[in-house]
Amino acid sequence: MDIKCEDVNHLADLSDFSLSKKQADALKDDLQSIIKYISQLDEMDTKNVEPTYQVFEMENVWRDDEILPQQADREDLLALAKKTENHQIKVPKVL
Amino acid sequence: MKTANKTVSAERLVKDALEKAKFFADYHIFTYLNEEGALKKAREIDAKIKKGEKVGRLAGVPYVLKDNFLSPEGETTASAHILQGFNSPVTATAVKKLEDEGAIMIGRTNMDAFAHGSSTENSYFGPTSNACDKERVAGGSSGGSAVAVALDIVEFATGTDTGGSIRQPASFNGVYGFKPTFGTISRYGVVAMASSTDCIGFFTKTPEDMDLLMSIASGQDPKDLTTLPDYYNNAGEPAQVPLGHAVAPARRHGGRAASTSVVTCGDPQVNLRSARIGIIKDFDNESVDPEIRQALKKKCDELKKNGHEIVELSMPNLKYALAAYYIIVPAEIASNLSRYDGVRYGFRSENSKDLEALYANTRDEGFMPENKRRIMIGNFVLSSGFYDAYFLKAAKARTLIIEEYKKAFSKCDFILTPVSPNLAFKLGEKVNDPVSMYLEDVMSVPLNLAGIPGLTIPVGKSKEGLAIGLQLIGPRRSDKSLIEFAKELA
Repeated sequence: MDIKCEDVNHLADLSDFSLSKKQADALKDDLQSIIKYISQLDEMDTKNVEPTYQVFEMENVWRDDEILPQQADREDLLALAKKTENHQIKVPKVL
Repeated sequence: MKTANKTVSAERLVKDALEKAKFFADYHIFTYLNEEGALKKAREIDAKIKKGEKVGRLAGVPYVLKDNFLSPEGETTASAHILQGFNSPVTATAVKKLEDEGAIMIGRTNMDAFAHGSSTENSYFGPTSNACDKERVAGGSSGGSAVAVALDIVEFATGTDTGGSIRQPASFNGVYGFKPTFGTISRYGVVAMASSTDCIGFFTKTPEDMDLLMSIASGQDPKDLTTLPDYYNNAGEPAQVPLGHAVAPARRHGGRAASTSVVTCGDPQVNLRSARIGIIKDFDNESVDPEIRQALKKKCDELKKNGHEIVELSMPNLKYALAAYYIIVPAEIASNLSRYDGVRYGFRSENSKDLEALYANTRDEGFMPENKRRIMIGNFVLSSGFYDAYFLKAAKARTLIIEEYKKAFSKCDFILTPVSPNLAFKLGEKVNDPVSMYLEDVMSVPLNLAGIPGLTIPVGKSKEGLAIGLQLIGPRRSDKSLIEFAKELA
């Protein structure tokens, strides 16, 4: 399939990127060549084949619903944020 | 592994390693040197030795950490701008296990940002040079770790392998590099790339050291529910599974599973003195460097001479593994990397007028071009209208690739292949052409899709003096015998 400028902008939107026109143009060509490459899977006959999503040999791995000792507390985690106020993370206006 | 004792102090070992790290500064191996922290730990171990207290199996052994392992020592950045300033309060389980045995981290190593790449050129800090030729790439994504071991700065390094990121740089620099069976080593505290293929592993100079590290790091972790029971240290024995149960198609249901389910720990017994080694004839063609083909042929002749059997395999579906990989992995990347938004940790773009702009600007400025390509491809293959044609198709291809390996391992014990089609290439040669960079991974990614182990073994140098490595592959949970077999070959 052909990747158009609108497609790049749509994908940038889904990906939460604010791309410059120059970046978007470069990405358009890159994405086009990658999609061309991965499209070769079309050649493969996958009729009646079940998909595989994980290669771990177990499923339904449970643990008790209890709080385990943690290596970091609230203050440690808040200290990682660029801006905080009154023990909360500060961000620019939402609306 | 040279450990500290009464005659050789941990402080001496650490000082030597730090000196070498500084001597090779122009290779750009490190994103952080842990001088003070390492020396402090060394002195603590020396004090224990002096008092005659028990010390671990890695007492005073200096090592380096790929920059995507969380620990409070130095910033954990995954060599990405968006994680600049991230001082982790958390220590990865793998790091904790090594340090509990007395290993001392002397530095963090450079990598492709978020492990997206095969050359370590996609790092925010710039590229690392190859140990054999400074004008060439280190391989990647764990390039810094591979070069640190190859240049003898340390005896071992950690790495992560999602599609070849340990095995290919090991091959490019002439050291051992191991990607275990999926689920062998806890990934708690390691920056996630693609959750269904990410594996933790190591670089070493010998298979004996690899064996020691695997026996220390393997095992189930309550903080990572995708870890297998410790089959590595219990080879051949059935294991009681305390968490979860083995996948049995007839019994797929919710609810708590019986805690007595059994996963067979070891692999079928292999006679390491006369093993059946598979050679994939589909990989033996002009696209592979003639010196690598020559090295493989020479190794096969040697194996035959030593009483092993060479079995020729046809695996036609493997050629589709790379396309399937570059659908599945970007999809998982798009999901895993959606967490980086500049709010809770790491880099935040200033001067954004509102929250939406803060997310978009932070992600735009914070990610490398290759991170963006992969995130966008991931969102493409997952988006409505394309999901069936790409993601679902790739998931089905994955099934066929797994079946192809199963069939192959009914005819042989191990498979021996090149690690990548070429030797270390020149810096800058492929960095602007994503597809040619992806083709680097054509022989390494099938293992990650199948979850099976692969060990790079160094086999010599090319005419130009570049390292050549081969990849020894085994079925699921054959890790112990794979490394034992490598000892036989060394």
